[in-house]
Amino acid sequence: MTDSQALDGNAIAGTLVEVFGGDMTTAIGTCGHCGARGPMAEGVVYTRAPGVVVRCRSCTGLLMVITQVHDVFCVDALGLVELQAPA
Amino acid sequence: MTRITRGFHGRRRPDVDPARVPPGQYVTQDFPVLSAGPTPHGSLDSWSFTIRGQVDQPHTWTWDEFQALPHETVTRDIHCVTKWSKLDTVWTGVSLDTLLDGVETSAEYVTAFSDGGYTTNLPLEDLTGGRAWIAFSYDDEPLHPEHGGPARLLVPHLYFWKSAKWVRGLELQLEDEPGFWEGYGYHNYGDPWREQRYAGD
Amino acid sequence: MNWQPGTVLELIEQTARTRSIVFDVPGWSRHRAGQHVDVRLTAEDGYQAQRSYSIASAPEDRHIELTVERIDDGEVSPFLADELLPGDEIELRGPIGGYFAWEEAPGTPVFLVGGGSGVVPLRAMLRHHRATGSTVPVRLLYSARSLEDVIYRDELTAADAGDVRLTLTRRQPAGWTGYGRRVDRELAAEVCWPEAERPLVYVCGPTGFVEAVAGALVKLGHDAARIRTERFGPTGGETP
Repeated sequence: MTDSQALDGNAIAGTLVEVFGGDMTTAIGTCGHCGARGPMAEGVVYTRAPGVVVRCRSCTGLLMVITQVHDVFCVDALGLVELQAPA
Repeated sequence: MTRITRGFHGRRRPDVDPARVPPGQYVTQDFPVLSAGPTPHGSLDSWSFTIRGQVDQPHTWTWDEFQALPHETVTRDIHCVTKWSKLDTVWTGVSLDTLLDGVETSAEYVTAFSDGGYTTNLPLEDLTGGRAWIAFSYDDEPLHPEHGGPARLLVPHLYFWKSAKWVRGLELQLEDEPGFWEGYGYHNYGDPWREQRYAGD
Repeated sequence: MNWQPGTVLELIEQTARTRSIVFDVPGWSRHRAGQHVDVRLTAEDGYQAQRSYSIASAPEDRHIELTVERIDDGEVSPFLADELLPGDEIELRGPIGGYFAWEEAPGTPVFLVGGGSGVVPLRAMLRHHRATGSTVPVRLLYSARSLEDVIYRDELTAADAGDVRLTLTRRQPAGWTGYGRRVDRELAAEVCWPEAERPLVYVCGPTGFVEAVAGALVKLGHDAARIRTERFGPTGGETP
């Protein structure tokens, strides 16, 4: 999927460290909408929003939404059926 | 303790009347583009706007029918929950009072829905009384797709995430249902003057 | 991983639109070539802005260096490119990002493709390759608008720069014999290591550039899993 306005998971690497406690750019996610698998670094990322939105590169389905509500990170990763920790 | 960066000001507008700035906001000169997904690109031929749900029958307008409705140009300040505010923005659109005229309903809530799947919820009352429009022009030009064109909801008295880009209709409902950002912890109502950014604020 | 202060040691003008900033960051953990830092600026009224910048220096270099491209109407890049002075302090967080990082894998050639400021992390990889005396073949294809827009121009065009191919997409100097167009499938095929050699590929730059180049390489038969990408957004520069 090409959206020239979007970034990729590298852009939120720091946020993912805050949320998950470690580097997640090489963690492999499986899209719950279409089954595509790939590293989080290759997710289609929107950061110019009230939260961070990660979409599947194959089908644009929502993988993960991260918001920060009063210093608490809220993560919804229901779009991922699997997220494999990095090797 | 966060260190102050010498000489950094950002791109804020100076000389702004503080009475126009809700708490926690910074006034910008730009018009930032915020998105949760790719910009939809549809054709006006297939565009329609529908009011459905708790109504006797759905009311739908094609683009031509929509353009034939009375519209007005308004100047308003807008406030984004990400802390930027932009003053004196000029929009042209059809008032929701016009669109809701003749629509009979016992609904008290609305979910606005858009191309791309975005939704946001608000009380039906907040769409009335000259406080909301379906806007198709910004700054005297057709609304650019990245800012929600061909048409977006405009509800300036609430945080701007409620002004759904690429809006295609309203679902009138008896119960309030959280929309996209409301479901991720953002405030159900979103009054910038009471700084209602997050649920529970 | 916490925010830590970085003190500006030196400013180096690179091109008309880019400037390198060398920082002293006490307690900096050694980074990997290709990683980035997050930068946070705080105004007196509490307003904060945060951006990510690739580290331009190799892990072996003494201090970390960032290279900032000034984006017109940007909020952070004009400040970093024009206003910062030696002795100023900003907050940094990192190093970050294990995906777009390179260390030598024996026998594996490396192909680096950068568009505009996308060359920054690739330059760190080249410097690391040299500093470690690596013998794996490495080649950089760098797309810039003109020779004046080539960042690290002296370093990349020096006799001992290694295998660097430039393509100048808008303006070429008189007598130019290099490439003069956007990276397309044909150009990629000519410059990239053959697929049979199983190169590792790193592509960085504006989102559209990265998509076009990575797409072209996949169509040429390269394994998508061996192509690492880093997108800088629509302008290739500033995006929060």
